[in-house]
Amino acid sequence: MTRDGDARAELVVVGNGMAGARAVEEILARGGGQRFRITMFGDEPYGNYNRIMLSSVLARNGADAGTDEIYLNPVEWYAENDITLHAGVRVVRVDRFARKVFADDGTVSSYDKLIISTGSRTFFPPMDGMWVDDRTLTPGVFGFRTLDDTRAMIDYAQDRRSAVVIGGGLLGLEAAYGLARHGLEVHVVQSGPVLMNQQLDEEAGAILRRVVERRLGIGVHTGQRPTAIRTTGSVTGVVFGDGSAIDAEMVVVTAGIRPNVGLGVVSGLSVERAIVTDDQMRTVDDPDIYAVGECAQHRGEVYGLVAPLWEQATVLADHLTGADPSAAYHGSRNATKLKVAGVDLASMGIKRPERDDDEFVRFSEPRRGVYKSVVVRDGRLVGATLLGDIGKVAFLTQSFDRGLPLPEERVELLFSLAGPSQAQGAAEMDDSVQVCNCNGVAKGELVGCVAGGTHSVTGVMAATRAGKGCGACKSLVTQIVEWAVEQGGGAVDVDQSASWYVPSIPLEKPALIETIRAQNLRSVSAVFTALVPEGEDAGSKMPLASLLKTVWGADYVDERDARFINDRVHGNIQRDGTFSVVPRMSGGVTTSAELRRIADVADRFAIPMIKVTGGQRIDLLGVRKEDLPAVWAELDMPSGYAYGKTMRTVKTCVGTDFCRYGLGDSTRLGIDMEERYKGLESPAKLKLAVAGCPRNCSEAMVKDIGLVAVGEDRWEVYVGGASGASVRKGDVLTVVDGHAEALRLTGTFMQYYRENARWLERTYDFVPRIGLDELKAILVQDRDGLVAGLDERMQASVDGYHDPWLDGREPATPGQFQNSLPLIVLPQVPVRDGSSSPTGAQP
Amino acid sequence: MSAPEMPAQVSGLRLGPVESIPVGEGRAFAAGDEQVAVFRLRGDDVGGGPLRAMQAACPHAGGPLADGQLDGRKVVCPLHNHVFSLVDGSCSSGDFAVRMYPVRAEDGQIVLGDRPAG
Repeated sequence: MTRDGDARAELVVVGNGMAGARAVEEILARGGGQRFRITMFGDEPYGNYNRIMLSSVLARNGADAGTDEIYLNPVEWYAENDITLHAGVRVVRVDRFARKVFADDGTVSSYDKLIISTGSRTFFPPMDGMWVDDRTLTPGVFGFRTLDDTRAMIDYAQDRRSAVVIGGGLLGLEAAYGLARHGLEVHVVQSGPVLMNQQLDEEAGAILRRVVERRLGIGVHTGQRPTAIRTTGSVTGVVFGDGSAIDAEMVVVTAGIRPNVGLGVVSGLSVERAIVTDDQMRTVDDPDIYAVGECAQHRGEVYGLVAPLWEQATVLADHLTGADPSAAYHGSRNATKLKVAGVDLASMGIKRPERDDDEFVRFSEPRRGVYKSVVVRDGRLVGATLLGDIGKVAFLTQSFDRGLPLPEERVELLFSLAGPSQAQGAAEMDDSVQVCNCNGVAKGELVGCVAGGTHSVTGVMAATRAGKGCGACKSLVTQIVEWAVEQGGGAVDVDQSASWYVPSIPLEKPALIETIRAQNLRSVSAVFTALVPEGEDAGSKMPLASLLKTVWGADYVDERDARFINDRVHGNIQRDGTFSVVPRMSGGVTTSAELRRIADVADRFAIPMIKVTGGQRIDLLGVRKEDLPAVWAELDMPSGYAYGKTMRTVKTCVGTDFCRYGLGDSTRLGIDMEERYKGLESPAKLKLAVAGCPRNCSEAMVKDIGLVAVGEDRWEVYVGGASGASVRKGDVLTVVDGHAEALRLTGTFMQYYRENARWLERTYDFVPRIGLDELKAILVQDRDGLVAGLDERMQASVDGYHDPWLDGREPATPGQFQNSLPLIVLPQVPVRDGSSSPTGAQP
Repeated sequence: MSAPEMPAQVSGLRLGPVESIPVGEGRAFAAGDEQVAVFRLRGDDVGGGPLRAMQAACPHAGGPLADGQLDGRKVVCPLHNHVFSLVDGSCSSGDFAVRMYPVRAEDGQIVLGDRPAG
């Protein structure tokens, strides 16, 4: 069948998910674009995306953060490859005799060859309260299968505090992990006795459970069969067979998937659990129709993991294009490597010994969350499970895939004793071994990319997409790239400057601090002299000044030129060169006397705008530089530091003083906190808040640090929140008892942030970079014994505070408050007089 | 870019003592009808003495260049961080440039304009 002189045959692909798109990529790679005019249908309104990454989109905890990365092929890709894409269109019927497909939007497409790759869908077990009607889930019930599901979950989770996940498999744990990152209390319900029972035996499952409960704070309920969803229009809880219940505002159903076989059934194809195919991935009924991916059943198996799908797509493309007419799929060995809820897991083959003479070697360390086991039969590896530590995965995968001889000391299967180094491990791997399962990248492709001239790990990852899925294989990718570069006699390129504190000094922040202390460098110019052969760098001055002040406190040698203009004149420069003046008003509480003085100052200095700020203070805008000292003197209030990379303000609600709902004295705590930490230098501004109850009126959950009263003088400590250019709900670091402890821990966190954050790295980037678990370990559990030192250095900084607005009476430098712009009529320099005066410096 | 011709009425102007500008900072001066930012370098990286002078207002959005941070080679506008060369006034971050003025220290005074002949 041809069109308009186009001699190409028509290839129609129904299903634009990972299997369909991969099949098309493989077909194009074999020159299929010359033989076929390709039309694709997908019922999701997107290009093709990496479903595996939905977990990281959910866990990313920030609206659309990173969803670009999830697209494997954006819609432009289809046009570039001359593919007609019908996105958001569902094919409802295939007429095999007329060779046409019919879509729900009325589109009819003829085909010579047809590929069905409709994937699978969430299985919703029959439960009361699940559905509003035949098609509509009860508000608050979600599947976790598509980008739309994920976005809807993120959206819904914003105002919710609790969730139940039904199903404790891979997807369920990922959903639970993601929702917990959004601050919800999450419970996972598994009707069987073991989490991830497809991959783990009871002992490994118990270790994973321990990690999930203790490290992630997620509730796990095994052996409980949920029977109903309780609703009052939207979800309020889940009810179990024994009559017990868990309250929850949302429910995520991850109790399995079902292949989408409806199209196969109505089109008269053989369907058992899925559409039955032969070894060439053709349906057994019609040699012109192929099925691939999760909707295909091959030799009785239906695969739900991505690696088998890549193998199927390769065979299909070889056969369809004629590149290798003898290509055949013989089934995939069940091996997978993934990251679930932040825990590394690799499993292959069988979980436990099945025959009397199977060898079973196990190691278990529940406290660290590590479990390893191997099953050996007749000297060959037939099964392995690695949880929490997958250092041996490359070696085991290869032994499993190729049936290699195993070390006599079986323990070497679990641990590297004197065995091969990692580099040798990378060297020994066969080129065809798949390294990145998510994106289907084999070792050979990585090596080829290096040979093509890319010598950095990030470059190879970008070019091959290896490691861009769940990320579990990044260390293996790194090993292989390093090995491959070394083979070529080169050295790995590292973009190290990205981690330097300032661009002019090749040191990360902790190393820079150490050097500054060791060499006793107390001023910015001393740092340049000692560490920067090229001399000063304007862009490095401000970050260095901030760091030195943090390191040396009162012993810092202040050079005014190292300061940004805001810090030279203690005001925030505005677009017209004037400044804003924001006096400190701790906790947003003021008095009538202060308000009168502010009003008087505004009148006297003709302040063009008086504005109440988001931080509960009063901003006087448009103050001329030369008026600043007089304005401060008349205000007789301390600086609010609204201009610096410092602790800015602590916003409060009225707490227990007046509010009917207050659970804690948020006003007092907020004032104490602002008085204690006022003006502290930090890598970026810090905005704090204290809320007297979870109604969160002072928006504490979206501040750099926020405290929320939960009753009995106990406070939830949120860190890493943001509601500016980025919007992020903070993570709960811990719950503390009492004002004093709340004040102390806030300081501990701030000091750790001051010493470790990159310049201008806000807490909403810093907290995810370090990781909440790590922060808890360091700051709450004091794992590394750092807390006493942090608290001591914070106290020294607090003691070193000095109100800069007292400086106005005596300028620190000549012309400190001299105008720098022709804002007003300037006094003219008398021509050729010799006794000129600088502009605007009249007393 | 080389310095454009000095407007006749400001050449040879004495703007005040060098000490009126703190080391490593800039101050703005009126010179005739011109607004001039004069900088006093901490390190003289490129030769030509410790003083530099350029137009006071940033060509991008009128920012006060005298309030900018500088090193031996460049000054950064405080409003939007555009970077200007202290050698020739060129901008490495935008498609514009500032006018440079010859400036020198003479008997502890800032003197705008070329060194007198001879």
